[in-house]
Amino acid sequence: MAKQKPSNASFNVEKIRADFPILKRRFGKNKLAYLDNAASAQKPQAVIDALADFYANHYSNVHRSVSTLAMEATDAFESARETVAQHVGAQTEEIVFTRNTSESINLVAYAWGNANVKAGDAIVITEMDHHSNLVPWQQLALLKKAELHYIPVEDAGEQNGQLDADFEFPENTKLFAFPHVSNVLGTVNDIKGWSQKAKFEAPGTTVVVDGAAGAPHFQLDLPASGADFYAFSGHKMCGPMGSGVLWGKKEILQEMPPFLFGGSMISKVEKEKTTWADLPAKFEAGTPNAADAVGLAAAINYLNKIGLKKIHDHEIKLADYACEELAKINGVTLYGPNGNASYATGKNGKDHVAKKPNVEKAQNRVGIVAFNLDGVHAHDLGSILDQDAIAIRSGHHCAQALMERLNVAATARASFYLYNTQEEVDRLVQGVKRVKKIFS
Amino acid sequence: MSDAMYRDQILDHYKHPHNQGHLDKPDARFSDNNPLCGDEIEVFLKIGKDAKGKAIIADVKFKGQGCAISTASASMLTDEIKGLTLDQIKALTRDDVFKMLGVPISPARVKCALLSLKAIKAAVYAYLGQKLNEKVE
Repeated sequence: MAKQKPSNASFNVEKIRADFPILKRRFGKNKLAYLDNAASAQKPQAVIDALADFYANHYSNVHRSVSTLAMEATDAFESARETVAQHVGAQTEEIVFTRNTSESINLVAYAWGNANVKAGDAIVITEMDHHSNLVPWQQLALLKKAELHYIPVEDAGEQNGQLDADFEFPENTKLFAFPHVSNVLGTVNDIKGWSQKAKFEAPGTTVVVDGAAGAPHFQLDLPASGADFYAFSGHKMCGPMGSGVLWGKKEILQEMPPFLFGGSMISKVEKEKTTWADLPAKFEAGTPNAADAVGLAAAINYLNKIGLKKIHDHEIKLADYACEELAKINGVTLYGPNGNASYATGKNGKDHVAKKPNVEKAQNRVGIVAFNLDGVHAHDLGSILDQDAIAIRSGHHCAQALMERLNVAATARASFYLYNTQEEVDRLVQGVKRVKKIFS
Repeated sequence: MSDAMYRDQILDHYKHPHNQGHLDKPDARFSDNNPLCGDEIEVFLKIGKDAKGKAIIADVKFKGQGCAISTASASMLTDEIKGLTLDQIKALTRDDVFKMLGVPISPARVKCALLSLKAIKAAVYAYLGQKLNEKVE
């Protein structure tokens, strides 16, 4: 078998696996093969311990009381914010804690969108957006009577699974929202290239990036990224559920009105009016998910100790191997970069020449492999693999616009992360062969 | 290891579904989907009368994209309901569908198994509502 030994000697997957208690679970006689990381990643003991320690030893509400305990809780929460800020190269006050990516994007749609998008403006999104970065903008467009444009996904040759680089932004574009990484195709979009293109063709465009599928895989320098907002979820990068982040450029956040009103987000409340708190408290009404933020910081520290680049290299190796082996099975269609799918609705015979924005070859995917087996619904595939304790996702992946583009109702999706092994990929491939046999 | 859900009977109905297609000028039709997996089904009903003059299902067809469980369920259920009175359709339960399928349905797949029953019942209720409107008017 090719690619048996990882070239990176310091990346020890067995040692990493020992950090994740859930990977010891068995279902019947089978070890768990967790290949559903794009839905959510498992938690290392370090994150579980950080949550337990916060609740067991430092728990109090934050930003309120003057007790020593309250100070400890507040310090833990605010130092978690610093950890996140450092991790993405941002200023601390540019980091807003939310529940998840959806809430982060809704925050921008309600607060920034409501104040800045007018009738006749254009909003540009993409065919590969997750519903969390589609529905908020679609609804804002309906509410404001703004135009909604979709950048198509390419289906031919080298550009398979990439956004159409020939797309021209309408001059009246006010907002451009796109995913850093497609949660189905695994395509990595060039944030800087796309942001520059949007702002060049439609000056004044504000750029929102859905980073839910990107942040778990890449070292970020958000202020230099070209984006104005970047949203991501802690739970997809080994952090707790309920830990979401919105990064925004300070000058935009300062101008932006609040989204939720209530406690913590005020500077002074009078009977007739209220003055807002400074950043980021202005956007964090009510008691926050402080413990989850602390857990997210622990997850970031854990991932950084291993190194995101090494993790990315590891998962790409697994994805390449999975594509290679799955493609050998007659009847398997692979979607996305390096895929063999051609979607029937492609542009007729147009020669797709790579133009900017482009992506470096090595960076052009993450460890996500979407596929289908002829004559078998992805749900049945998922159910049968589950009997072998192989957990994948099957369905539309909250990306129904993309499913429409791919001309399918659903796909199966295997997604890899730091603790996955080549043996698990082999089990997946064997499982798919078994499904084929059952349905033949 | 058991693949209990995927017995031959289920796979036969999946590969060769009965009553697939559509009816021209149906007396009732209803589309439904399973938001979890994106499965879609549309059912078409022709309503007739039995010897006692009670409304019955004279014919039924369905179309849609679905998994083995939802397709087999629609295939068997549309066979099953031909000739049943509308009251009998209204009384059908999830257990009736599980019994008809004859395989253990895992909790994650219950919605797939019941999608066709839900759509058929909704079509019957839509038909009854329409009749009621005609009477009132």
